[in-house]
Amino acid sequence: MSNPIGRERALLSNLREDNWWISPMLVLFGLLSFIIYSTWAAWQGEYFWWSGAINAEGFGGYLSPFYSPPIFIKEGMEGIPPVSHALMGAWPKWLDWLPGFSPAWLILVFPLSFRFTCYYYRKAYYRAFAFTPPACAVGGIPQKDYKGETGILLFQNIHRYAMYFAIIFIFLLSYDAVMAFFRDGKFGIGVGSIILLINPILLGAYTFGCHSLRHLIGGRMDCFSCTHAAESAHSRWKIVTFLNRRHHIFAWFSLVWVGLSDIYVRLVSMGVITDLNSWGI
Amino acid sequence: MGNRKFKIYRGDNTKGELVDYNCDVTEGMVVLDVMHRIQADDANDLACRWNCKAGKCGSCSVEINGRPKLACMTRMNEYGDDETITITPLKAFPIIKDTVTDVSWNYKQNLKIKPFSPAQNKNNTEKGLVMQQVDVERTQHFRKCIECYLCQNVCHVIRDQEAKEKFVGPRFMIRLASLEMHPMDDADRIPAIKEDHGSGMCNITRCCTEVCPEDIQITDDGIIPLKERVVDRYYDPFMILFRKIFKK
Repeated sequence: MSNPIGRERALLSNLREDNWWISPMLVLFGLLSFIIYSTWAAWQGEYFWWSGAINAEGFGGYLSPFYSPPIFIKEGMEGIPPVSHALMGAWPKWLDWLPGFSPAWLILVFPLSFRFTCYYYRKAYYRAFAFTPPACAVGGIPQKDYKGETGILLFQNIHRYAMYFAIIFIFLLSYDAVMAFFRDGKFGIGVGSIILLINPILLGAYTFGCHSLRHLIGGRMDCFSCTHAAESAHSRWKIVTFLNRRHHIFAWFSLVWVGLSDIYVRLVSMGVITDLNSWGI
Repeated sequence: MGNRKFKIYRGDNTKGELVDYNCDVTEGMVVLDVMHRIQADDANDLACRWNCKAGKCGSCSVEINGRPKLACMTRMNEYGDDETITITPLKAFPIIKDTVTDVSWNYKQNLKIKPFSPAQNKNNTEKGLVMQQVDVERTQHFRKCIECYLCQNVCHVIRDQEAKEKFVGPRFMIRLASLEMHPMDDADRIPAIKEDHGSGMCNITRCCTEVCPEDIQITDDGIIPLKERVVDRYYDPFMILFRKIFKK
């Protein structure tokens, strides 16, 4: 007889016969692809806006969600909104150290922190990147003093604050979606309008299914029927619970869609593809 | 379904091996039936724990092809005709003999939990506090637990990281949730949930929910809400300020 089989404390030790590695590999590929593309897109600092003509003035246009809202805008770049569209005006000299004079660097921390601390994404990247564990009943990286989320990962507890900012971004991106239905003040519709409309809908379905929100709007209560306020909170809690049960689905759909939205606006702005629209431009 | 191949762990906590068996499998058999047939025909001394054969007692928890499952609820037609099925004991607990493990560590965790403490002064009717169905359902969801300990076994904190002294495990996080969310309960377990029961040790990888034979949403409805209550108490400055101002 030998030592008990299948009880080793070693990385990847398991007796599973199924293809358990497919799921973490897909997550690894999906998240790495998004990280690489979004970093590249944020680095560009140009071709993130289109309104029929390069640097066109006027009400309406397509704005990439990676760059919304543009806090400062560097004049002279290609495919950018007029400086009047920036929240705080022209690009200041003290920010020249940012790669590509890109306003994306100033805002990406908000959606990034929301997704990074999200309870769904935690599962995804702990499995795919940290191997703690890579899959159920598959050996993770053995650690002498495993701390879970009590050590350096204590910062995950900021999730509810990241969520507050994420909700603000839903409204900002909804404003952008409305703007995508206008060119120079004229209402119309284009493929980009639809893409930028779907974007905040998917992001909203993801954000409003957040576990922290579910807790704050009702889950923190012990009794759903004791007061009228509690009954009202329970109604809201049920809606969030509906979205929460599909949190992982909306997490992926919204992530892919926000990337596709940027790709579409970028390609149209660069003139690589033509936007099919009712304005005839 | 014909004659099928099996490998079953034979041994104890110090020495053991996978022993090959063949068994005639007929329509409708579950893995526990196979274990009983092998026990009757080929290995009279094969140890296996079982009781109800209906997925309600939680006794026959084993690992089948490396996945924690109830042997009585795992049908043989889930596996291919040529597939060799490996049956091993739960990895997270010491083996008593063959497929039977000593799960008494779990009973000790249960004893650490402050029991149900009904409040004397909570009233919503003249007869005292009357629980409505909506509140009954919330806590009843957790009480579906059959204590099979598959979730405890698959939790990597307990299984791989040898951190049993730091984390009470998913099953008991569920028990804590059922008590904490009970409208009539008045005890404050949040400090204990953070310090003694180790809510921070869970990193939400959800394997406990995946293996639960009762489909209890262990992570979404139990562990995460408890982690959020810990955040309310210890990590959210606005909630701390709110409690100080309104004395809540």
